[in-house]
Amino acid sequence: MNKILLVIQREYLARVKKKSFLLATILTPLIFPAIMGLFLWIAVGEKDSFSLSIIEVVDENDLFFLESSDQYAFSFSKVNKEEGKMMVQNGERFGFLYIPKMDLDNPTGIVYYGDKNPSMNLINVLESSLKRRIEEQKLFESGIDPNVLSAVRTKVAIQSITLDNAGEEKISDATVNYGIGFLAGILIYIFIFVYGNQIMQGVIEEKSSRIIEILVSSIKPFQLMLGKIIGIGAVGLTQFLIWILLIGTISSIVIGYFGMQMPQQQAMELASPELGELMNDSGSFNNLFLVLQGINFVKIALTFIFYFVGGYLLYGAFFAAIGAAVDSPSDAQQFMLPITIPLIIAYMGLFVFVLDDPNSRVSFWLSVIPFTSPIAMMGRASYGVPFWDLTLSMGLLIFGFLSTTWVAGKIYRIGILMHGTKVNYKTLWKWLKTN
Amino acid sequence: MNILKIINLNKTFGQTPALSNIDLEIPKGVVFGLLGPNGAGKTTLIRIINQIIDGDSGQVLFNNEPLNPRHITHIGYLPEERGLYKKMKVWDQLVYFARLKGMSGLEAKQKVKYWLEKLDVAAWREKRIEDLSKGMAQKIQFISTVIHEPELLILDEPFSGFDPMNAEIIKNEILELKQKGITVVLSTHRMESVELLCDHIAMIHKSKKILNGSLSEVKRDFRPHVFQIKIIPNGTIFPLEWGVEMDSELVELSIALNGKSPNQLIQDLIPFGDIIGFSENLPTMEEIFIQQVKLHSNE
Repeated sequence: MNKILLVIQREYLARVKKKSFLLATILTPLIFPAIMGLFLWIAVGEKDSFSLSIIEVVDENDLFFLESSDQYAFSFSKVNKEEGKMMVQNGERFGFLYIPKMDLDNPTGIVYYGDKNPSMNLINVLESSLKRRIEEQKLFESGIDPNVLSAVRTKVAIQSITLDNAGEEKISDATVNYGIGFLAGILIYIFIFVYGNQIMQGVIEEKSSRIIEILVSSIKPFQLMLGKIIGIGAVGLTQFLIWILLIGTISSIVIGYFGMQMPQQQAMELASPELGELMNDSGSFNNLFLVLQGINFVKIALTFIFYFVGGYLLYGAFFAAIGAAVDSPSDAQQFMLPITIPLIIAYMGLFVFVLDDPNSRVSFWLSVIPFTSPIAMMGRASYGVPFWDLTLSMGLLIFGFLSTTWVAGKIYRIGILMHGTKVNYKTLWKWLKTN
Repeated sequence: MNILKIINLNKTFGQTPALSNIDLEIPKGVVFGLLGPNGAGKTTLIRIINQIIDGDSGQVLFNNEPLNPRHITHIGYLPEERGLYKKMKVWDQLVYFARLKGMSGLEAKQKVKYWLEKLDVAAWREKRIEDLSKGMAQKIQFISTVIHEPELLILDEPFSGFDPMNAEIIKNEILELKQKGITVVLSTHRMESVELLCDHIAMIHKSKKILNGSLSEVKRDFRPHVFQIKIIPNGTIFPLEWGVEMDSELVELSIALNGKSPNQLIQDLIPFGDIIGFSENLPTMEEIFIQQVKLHSNE
C-alpha cells in the first residue's frame, strides 16, 4: 500500500511540476473567455461602427415592401434589370433584388445580385419578408383581414414543473438540463481520452526505457499500474479544478466588463444562446433564476465526480494494458478500437437518445452498462434519475472497473517484460489465460 | 552458509525451456559469476531471483527461506538494459528508488547524499537524466542498485557503457561491497572481469547448468595437463618431438604430461640442463567458455 502511494506521488509530481502542465492549465481556460471576449468585442464594435448596406429593389408587381433595419436599407425604384446590375458593379449599391412580374401561386424568378455572396441572414430576411407579404396578399384575396389573423395568433409557453415523491414542485427547463448533461458528458469523454492516453504514454515510457525491470524488482506490477492510474487521475482532477476556478473567474470578469457596454439580454445571448432563448421564452430573468434554483447542483456535481472518476478508472486500466503490450505508441493504434468504440457509442448515444429522451429504454441501458454509463448517465443526471437506476449504474460501474483493472493487470504484468515480440489479440488472450 | 539456494528450478516459455532442472548454491560473501552465451537463460534466472517472474517448478531459498516479497528489500538489481526516468532529476530519482525498496524518506535521503559524494557525482544532483552523459547515467544507475544496502547484489553486465576509468571505479566498488560481506552475482560476457572478480562461477547453456564451482576448481578441472618449463640447456640434445632450437641460452618448453606425473616429467627433464621454471598451464575463463559452449552446442 505504501508503495502504491509512492508511485502515485511520483506520477503526480512528475506531471504537475512540468512546465507544459502549467501552460496547459493556465492557457486552456483562457482560450474560452478569450474567444468569448473576441466575439463580444466584434459585436460591440459592429454596433458602434454602424455601416449601412443599401440594397436596390425593383418590384414589377408593386406589391412588396421590405422594412429597413440597422444593417440593411432598401431603396425601391423603377430602374431596369441591367441598370440595377450596373449599380452593384459600380459599388453604388450593396445588392440588387429583382422581383419580376409573377403569379403569386407560383412565385419564381426572384433574383438577388451582389458583389459578394450574400449572408444566410440577409437571404433569410428577404425570403421571410417576401413570403409574409405574399401570404398576407393571399389571405386578403380569400377575404381574411390580416389584422384579424394577427389578433388570432397566440403565443404559448409551457412551464414544466417536476414533482418529486415528497410532492415538492420544482420549475424545470429542458434546455438547461440539456446543457448541463451535454457539458458533463463531453467533459468525461474528453477526460477519459486525454488522461487515458497519458497513462498509455507513461507505461510505454517505462517499458521502452527499461525502467520497468528495476521497478518490478521492487514493486508488484499490479501496484505499479494502479499507482500510475491513480496518480495521473489525480493530475487530471487537479487540472479540472483549476480550470473550473479560472474559467468561472475570468468568464464573469469578461461578461461583466462587456455586459456594461451592451444591453444585458444581448450579452447573455452571445454568451450562451440557450440562456438567451430561455429568457425570451419565459419572458423574465426571474424565471431562469427559478429554473436554476430547481436543479440540485450538489447532487449533479457528486454524480459527475463519481462518473468522472469511475469512467476514467474503467478505461484507464485498458490504456495501461495497451501501453504494456506494445513497444511504441504507433503500435498502440491497433488496440485502440476496443476502447474507442464503446466510448463513441456512449458519446453518440448521449446525443441521439439520452439527451433527447432521458427516460427511454435505450437511455436506461446506455446509462447502466459500465462501458457507456459514465458518459450517458450524465445526460440523465441533470433531469433527475430514479434512485434505483442510479444505484444499479454506480454499482455496475464499480464492478466494471474492478474487473477491467483485474483483466488489464494480467496483460500488463506479462506485457511490460516483452520486448520486440509482435503482439496481436491472440497473444493478449494467451497472456490473459496464463497465471 | 549459502545466501541463495536454487533447487531443481524449471521455467518454460511456451514450448521453449528457459531453465531446466537448475540446481545452484551461492555462498554468502562471494562474487559469483553467472556465465553463459546469449539466450542461455541467465536473465530468466535473474528475474526469478528478483521475483519479477515465477518459476514453473522448483524452489529458490534466500537465507534458507523460500523467496518471498519481504526479500525484495535485501536484493539489489542492475539490469542489463539500463533505464531511468529521463525527465526526472538525479536526486528525486534515487530517493524514489530507495523508497520503493522500502527505505524511509529520511534514510533514503542520507544514503543518496552519501553515494553521490562517494562516486563524485554530487554536483549532478539537480540535473535531469537526459542531460547526463551515458557514463554519468550509468553511475546513477549503479547507485540506484546499491542504495538500499542489499545483502545480495545482482549485476547484469555492470561494465557496459563505462569508459575504462569508470569501469575501474565500479570494479573497486564491487570489491569494497564484497569486503563488507555483500554477495554479488555478476552476469557478464567479459571473461577478464570474471577472472579478476569472481570467486565462484556457474555456466548455463541452453537452459541447463553445465559448469559450477569455485573459479580455481573449474580451472583445475579444465587444465590441459600441459606444463610450461624454463630450462638452461647443458648441451644434451632434446628429443626431436619437443621441437627445441638449441642455439638459445634459455629454452622455454610446453610439454603435455601424457599420463605422467609432474614429478616424472621433471625427472625426464633433469638430464637436459638446469630447470629454472616449472608451472602448469591453466586455461583462461575465455578458453573454458568457448570450449564448453562448443562442446554442449551439439547436444
